[in-house]
Amino acid sequence: MAALTIAAGTGNWFSALALGVTLLKCLLIPTYHSTDFEVHRNWLAITHSLPISQWYYEATSEWTLDYPPFFAWFEYILSHVAKYFDQEMLNVHNLNYSSSRTLLFQRFSVIFTDTLFVYAVHECCKCIGGKKVGKELTEKPKFILSVLLLWNFGLLIVDHIHFQYNGFLFGLMLLSIARLFQKRHMEGAFLFAVLLHFKHIYLYVAPAYGVYLLRSYCFTANRPDGSIRWNSFSFVRFISLGLVVFLISALSLGPFLALNQLPQVFSRLFPFKRGLCHAYWAPNFWALYNALDKVLSVIGLKLKFLDPNKIPKASMKVQFQHTVLPSVTPWQRLYAQLIAILPSIFCLWFKPQGPRGFLRCLILCALSSFMFGWHVHEKAILLAILPMSEHFELPIKILLMLLFTIYSISSLKTLFRKEKPLFNWMETFYLLGLGPLEVCCEFVFPLTSWKLKYPFIPLLLTSVYCALGITYAWFKLYVSVLIDPPIGKTKKQ
Amino acid sequence: MEKWYLMTTVVLIGLTVRWTVSLNSYSGAGKPPMFGDYEAQRHWQEITFNLPVKQWYFNSSDNNLQYWGLDYPPLTAYHSLLCAYVAKFINPDWIALHTSRGYESQAHKLFMRTTVLIADLLIYIPAVVLYCCCLKEISTKKKIANALCILLYPGLILIDYGHFQYNSVSLGFALWGVLGVSCDWDLLGSLAFCLAINYKQMELYHSLPFFCFLLGKCFKKGLKGKGFVLLVKLACTVVASFILCWLPFFTEGEQTLQVLRRLFPVDRGLFEDKVANIWCSFNVLLKIKDILPRHIQLIMSFCFTFLSLLPACIKLILQPSSKGFKFTLVSCALSFFLFSFQVHEKSILLVSLPVCLVLSDIPFMSTWFLLVSTFSMLPLLLKDELLMPSVVTTMAFFIACVTSFSIFEKTSEEELQLKSFSISVRTYLPCFTFLSRIIQYLFLISVITMVLLTLMTVTLDPPQKLPDLFSVLVCFVSCLNFLFFLVYFNIIIMWDSKNGRNQKKIS
Repeated sequence: MAALTIAAGTGNWFSALALGVTLLKCLLIPTYHSTDFEVHRNWLAITHSLPISQWYYEATSEWTLDYPPFFAWFEYILSHVAKYFDQEMLNVHNLNYSSSRTLLFQRFSVIFTDTLFVYAVHECCKCIGGKKVGKELTEKPKFILSVLLLWNFGLLIVDHIHFQYNGFLFGLMLLSIARLFQKRHMEGAFLFAVLLHFKHIYLYVAPAYGVYLLRSYCFTANRPDGSIRWNSFSFVRFISLGLVVFLISALSLGPFLALNQLPQVFSRLFPFKRGLCHAYWAPNFWALYNALDKVLSVIGLKLKFLDPNKIPKASMKVQFQHTVLPSVTPWQRLYAQLIAILPSIFCLWFKPQGPRGFLRCLILCALSSFMFGWHVHEKAILLAILPMSEHFELPIKILLMLLFTIYSISSLKTLFRKEKPLFNWMETFYLLGLGPLEVCCEFVFPLTSWKLKYPFIPLLLTSVYCALGITYAWFKLYVSVLIDPPIGKTKKQ
Repeated sequence: MEKWYLMTTVVLIGLTVRWTVSLNSYSGAGKPPMFGDYEAQRHWQEITFNLPVKQWYFNSSDNNLQYWGLDYPPLTAYHSLLCAYVAKFINPDWIALHTSRGYESQAHKLFMRTTVLIADLLIYIPAVVLYCCCLKEISTKKKIANALCILLYPGLILIDYGHFQYNSVSLGFALWGVLGVSCDWDLLGSLAFCLAINYKQMELYHSLPFFCFLLGKCFKKGLKGKGFVLLVKLACTVVASFILCWLPFFTEGEQTLQVLRRLFPVDRGLFEDKVANIWCSFNVLLKIKDILPRHIQLIMSFCFTFLSLLPACIKLILQPSSKGFKFTLVSCALSFFLFSFQVHEKSILLVSLPVCLVLSDIPFMSTWFLLVSTFSMLPLLLKDELLMPSVVTTMAFFIACVTSFSIFEKTSEEELQLKSFSISVRTYLPCFTFLSRIIQYLFLISVITMVLLTLMTVTLDPPQKLPDLFSVLVCFVSCLNFLFFLVYFNIIIMWDSKNGRNQKKIS
């Protein structure tokens, strides 16, 4: 009986949380999946059936390989397990193949690779000090962080319903952050370099890593007032960091360099010219910009400033031609992103606050890149068609969102603000407004006559409304980081 | 209560698990000509909507009783009618007379699953939450954990949201009844319980404990004074609620008789299909179903059932207490399940509900029982292709119970409520000190057998000569477990000395 007790974990809450969410993920197996399912099946087929030289040239399916080589190797390893489930999925020409065994394998692969994420969360929890021993379990910061990360509803919905592998990628990132907190900088750098070669989108936060490692690791000491001490620069550390990054890049891109395929690989990874015809507005700065342009053009039409013939018809298509405000090219968007992250980088350089400061800078880099990035999602067109299967999953999404929101608001309130409410009246009003907005978009709008004429309105409304909230949050975060005193008291995080 | 948000989280988790299970297949999916329970419920909506009340329970050209004729009491019929009105608003094809037979579509499935969720949300879940909040002598955290475990009980979720039934309505009403009666709101409690019986006649399994408990309360208050008044009031409540539910059927004697004939099909035999009760298990060794004539079978099952539940009921009349009431509910329902007539494997849910109620008193044994009860329905669940959700929900339930109650630390005699029993036995057998050890080993054996049988049923094919081998084995093993639990719960009731001393306290 004692053995069973140990095996059962005797109330080990972390294992219970991890096991619980894994079981929930198993229950989500029969939900619908998006085109990403076919994308990954295709990549399994490509990496399994074709030699390396063909991986970045293969284009039978429209979902070509556009992730860095490590991810391709990852799919290659998975494909060797996949062949025991269903050999047919590994055929490049079996487009949209989704037998029940294929589904089972793919879903289980996501659930299994999430183990890395669980481990990373466990490491992150170790970095949080428990201030008071004997506090109730549900009020401990470790518990709350574990729940917010492990049961993160966004990750559950995207990874286990829509189908993606974000779990283990975030696991890598969280692990590298945890290592930086634990002052194991080399490991942190190594993990992040590996992550970059799994999914290059993490380049957005590379400046934060680069500046932090340079400032707080290569320069080993500070002057008493916190500013940089130039003669404490450690060449050894700098070289070893560079070596790590170089070796990993060599491992990843080496084979393709040898095959003279680097330009092709890069064109796949960074497709600047994307002649797409469907998109939806990510809720960022450009959503507001586009909305403003539309509003101004409507006003202009009414006041007869603009020629009606020159206005493009409203549709789901992107390559949004701006009518009133100046159009923005991809390069200009990139510049905007760079400018947006500069203040936080400067902050990290001139006012280093250790790992906590790094974390804030990382968040700001990621958020700023999102704010000014041009995001195009072909799959969003499916949302306009609204297949019946999506209706079935809607209650799950709502329930998970409510679960997560209620828990996070109440537990964060317990941690940080016992007397005052967590949000001020304006923020509360805004958040509550999300409810009616969702009801309008999902239930009221399909019943109106505008559904056929302007099918994109729910997306537009959702984008603009969310963009307002996200911009506000971004602004507030930036201000708090810039205003914070350089060597401030350690606030509870 | 201060941790309202944690309770909300628990309810949301329960709802999420329920809805994810409902994504799976249902009973009789894509299996013409008869389909399954899902089609039965749809058919009842069709019948109640299109035909007048007088024809609901009668065989006619429009209402072929052989094709899923109504065999539940009037409240089920009214509920089906209500659902039918909503169905008519969304898509009349779903309930069109005759032409909608075997109608299957994703939209219809979504509608039917939603009706189950709404019924659950309105009746069962609030009852569970309220019950847990009213528990005495345990901390708030334990109350919330208790609610989580009850809401995660796999048997009810799999049957209601997988196989497709509305057990949460009748069980919810019964739970409201238990709540009312335990908190001394006897009239409301009886009303709720009458509604439960009028929704599904199987709730009669719970009727004796209710009757004995209320009778005991009346005796306590003195039959010449307040007790008599209470008795009269209760009788009036019961009669009034029955009249209200059966009103359309009381106009003619033939109507009432026909409904009763549909509710209690005495000519269908001692048992049907494979069920984990005594008669089915005994039938493996000796074919009593074929040997004995029908009326002998009836008398035999009647006698066994009442003999096994009599001691507990008499004790309840003499010493009515809330705790005794809950345990008597368990033992009575279990006696009925094991020995009664025409029992279906889903009736184990009627035992599971009271066991859920005593989860906080004897967590170890309750968890064990609830696991066995889910296992006993394995053949049915496999037929409905619910293997994955069954395994996942069972594991989730097990983990929830282990972490909430630390059940493996609660296996001492005291915690199993067997202390007084073992003391009595030790007066005759001084060496009887290893009771909790025996029970722990039995648990281990039971779990290993269940896991092995599950693996065998899923992976292997039964031999040609014995095609039902695995189902019969599952029923047999479950039956043995249930017999053990029957003995255990009766021991607890009979040796419960606390209430013997404190005769003044009711709850």
